Amino acid sequence: MIPEIGHFALIVALFVSVVQAVVPLVGAIRGDRAWMDMARPAALAQFALIATAFGALMSCYVSSDFSVLNVVQNSHTDKPLIYKMSGVWANHEGSMLLWVLILSVYGMAVSVFGGNLPPGLRARALSVQAMIGFGFLLFILLTSNPFTRVDPAPVNGDGLNPLLQDPGLAFHPPFLYLGYVGFSMAFSFAIAALLEGRVDAAWARWVRPWTLVAWCALTLGIAMGSWWAYYTLGWGGWWYWDPVENASLMPWLAGTALLHSSIVVEKRDTLKAWTILLAIVTFSLSLLGTFLVRSGVLTSVHSFAADPARGVFVLALLVVVTGGSLMLFAIRGPALKGGGLFTPLSREGSLLLNNVLMSTASGTVLLGTLYPLFADALDLGKVSVGAPFFNAVFIPLMVPMVVTMAVAPLLSWKRGDLMGALGRLKFAAVAVIAVMVGTWFLGGGSSGPVWAALGLGLAAWLAVGTLFDWAERVRLFRVPFAQSLDKILRLPRSAYGMTVAHLGVAVVIAGITGSSAWTIEKIQVMRPGDTVTVAGYDLTLVGTEDNIPGPNYTTLRAHFSVVRDGRPVTDLYPEKRMFRQPPRPTTDAAIHTNLLGDLYAVIGDADGTGGFVTRLYFNPLVPWIFLGAVVMVIGGLVSLTDRRYRVGAPLRNARAPAKGRA
Amino acid sequence: MMRRWTTFVPFAVFAVLVAFFGWRLVLITRGDAPNLIPSVMIDKPAPGFDLPPLVLDRPGAASDALSGKVTLINFFSSWCIPCRAEHPLLVDMMNRDGVKGRLRLVGIDYKDKPEDGRGWLARLGDPYDALGMDRDGRVGIDFGVYGVPESYLIDRQGRIRYKQVGPFTPEDIQEKLLPLLAELSK
Repeated sequence: MIPEIGHFALIVALFVSVVQAVVPLVGAIRGDRAWMDMARPAALAQFALIATAFGALMSCYVSSDFSVLNVVQNSHTDKPLIYKMSGVWANHEGSMLLWVLILSVYGMAVSVFGGNLPPGLRARALSVQAMIGFGFLLFILLTSNPFTRVDPAPVNGDGLNPLLQDPGLAFHPPFLYLGYVGFSMAFSFAIAALLEGRVDAAWARWVRPWTLVAWCALTLGIAMGSWWAYYTLGWGGWWYWDPVENASLMPWLAGTALLHSSIVVEKRDTLKAWTILLAIVTFSLSLLGTFLVRSGVLTSVHSFAADPARGVFVLALLVVVTGGSLMLFAIRGPALKGGGLFTPLSREGSLLLNNVLMSTASGTVLLGTLYPLFADALDLGKVSVGAPFFNAVFIPLMVPMVVTMAVAPLLSWKRGDLMGALGRLKFAAVAVIAVMVGTWFLGGGSSGPVWAALGLGLAAWLAVGTLFDWAERVRLFRVPFAQSLDKILRLPRSAYGMTVAHLGVAVVIAGITGSSAWTIEKIQVMRPGDTVTVAGYDLTLVGTEDNIPGPNYTTLRAHFSVVRDGRPVTDLYPEKRMFRQPPRPTTDAAIHTNLLGDLYAVIGDADGTGGFVTRLYFNPLVPWIFLGAVVMVIGGLVSLTDRRYRVGAPLRNARAPAKGRA
Repeated sequence: MMRRWTTFVPFAVFAVLVAFFGWRLVLITRGDAPNLIPSVMIDKPAPGFDLPPLVLDRPGAASDALSGKVTLINFFSSWCIPCRAEHPLLVDMMNRDGVKGRLRLVGIDYKDKPEDGRGWLARLGDPYDALGMDRDGRVGIDFGVYGVPESYLIDRQGRIRYKQVGPFTPEDIQEKLLPLLAELSK
């Protein structure tokens, strides 16, 4: 009964999406307010229906209803409750349902909080949202129904891939989707603006919070996935340039560019066509990711069961959404008149440079990801692309960007004074030299001190430059402290958001540099009682215990005691787990962190004579990568609380001066 | 200011992309999965190569040592995620009854740092009979490697008989590789 309710709710949601797509749009064209306002209740109904369907599937998973094929294929009664729940989106059908659920959440948010939007813009944006929703609902109902029954129902399910039974990965997809789907808001607003033929500062102000929410969620989602790879794949790596990782990185890069170019639209009323194009491209890259993962066009271990029928459908969807919107852009784009002019050496100019570099990086990742496909088609063959390609092209694009990031905030709008800005950054330059020399001496002896010094110097440049920019804004040490304090309190939250997010980037760069330059790895066979020294830590294998029962696995657990300079530091308990259903091993690394580096221990196979293969690492600065990502997200959230972007604020702002004048 | 045709550029780029995707999907529906890219090398003698050993006291990989027994040449790399999914399957396959006696598994660590490759084997187990390192990818070019993992099944006369692009799945091993091994070992 419950699965049928879910299925039925999805069918009704499909019809509601047709109404939401058509009626408000016609209303907007005719200028009929009542028709336009249909969009709001329709969006609410859409959310209620899809939430019902999602709840129904969730209930099937929680109660282990094995008459539902999807539950049989992805669940098992032994699974802990949290992984029964995360099993809902750990498969193709369920994840598509999560996709439309999040889409409907955003639609609802516009409908509830969008009271301040001009009715025409709101109606058109919600209509575009509904068109996207229609496409995906049709996709689910025709090719990927999660509610298909199976008769006779098997006694138990096939279980979930043990690698996915992990807290980091349980919540990785929802955040990733919040990001991907969140960019649909910027997209819908961009299409609505093209239809209306008007893009102005107010438009940018409405779009920015949605882009920020999506960007924060995507940043967090990518960081979670990377963190998961770091501690479960078990060899200290955190990014592999896998097609599916690239699929999430491309919209992130484009979205970051969008975030910055919309500032220019808001503040300077220029770069409009470019911003609209970025909004379209960002969401299209999210869709492209969906297509690549599900069509079987590229091979990747992440990919869901590839099915050409689904591939054809998603490609058709991509053609309609992206092709249609790019055609609309081609026709309507020239009508978007640019506003203020600026010289290349200005804040607009530097933001544009950021955009160019970000887009190029995104395009490079796209090219690298699709290269096997192109090479195959054009009969070029014999060329392979992997981590070496991406590292070789990505880093040179990022270096000038980070260098500019410290300078850009110090440049003024319209026409900046580069020499003045650089002059003010002399402290940052001193810091860079100090860090580079320090790195050179402390890191001496290991293989990569030259570029490690450059990397840390870059991070220092950005961090000090960013802090210096903040100090300049509040006139720290230039005016009496009480005045500065007043400025500190009055500085807009969006300025703080930028400061924090840019500091986060500096922390990430330091983390990436440290982990690539100084990782120490020791692989050996150890017997109980053996001691191995890694980066000054003495790790003694105290013993191992086998066949410890877990909820749906048995585990081999090793006990290491860690001593440094004769004093005990901690105990590490790495595990090697053998899952029952499906029978697959996973490694569970034990990590001790002191924030400057991770001591990372993995237990491997027994050698048959009482010894075990052990892998012990010291990964310097790796926690900074994830910490930095969290700092970036905090920066985004702080910026989101800026009263200019707070939903509802623009209207009050717009009204207040009007009243004042009257 | 913007000239009219420039706004059509994104659309044109997208159209080209779609053409590629569509073409690929057509091939897939015809039964040609991307990991079944036909190789011009099929039924041709395997290219000659002589690679230095990855692990010091073990043999490297050389084409001279290929005859007499069916050989699977497996290109892998420590930076490659699909390889990681494939690796336990290879370990498992080599542990099956009768496989070890009939199949020689040669690993080629492709465009990788040797210490990373050795770490990979220490971590995940070492099912290989011989291991070579192809740091600059030269041997990969001779074989026509698109990316890692890729594997080539070579018969007792040294001819390539089967090419796997992308990781082996349990089904690939069960339904393609092992039957072909049985046939070639007759």
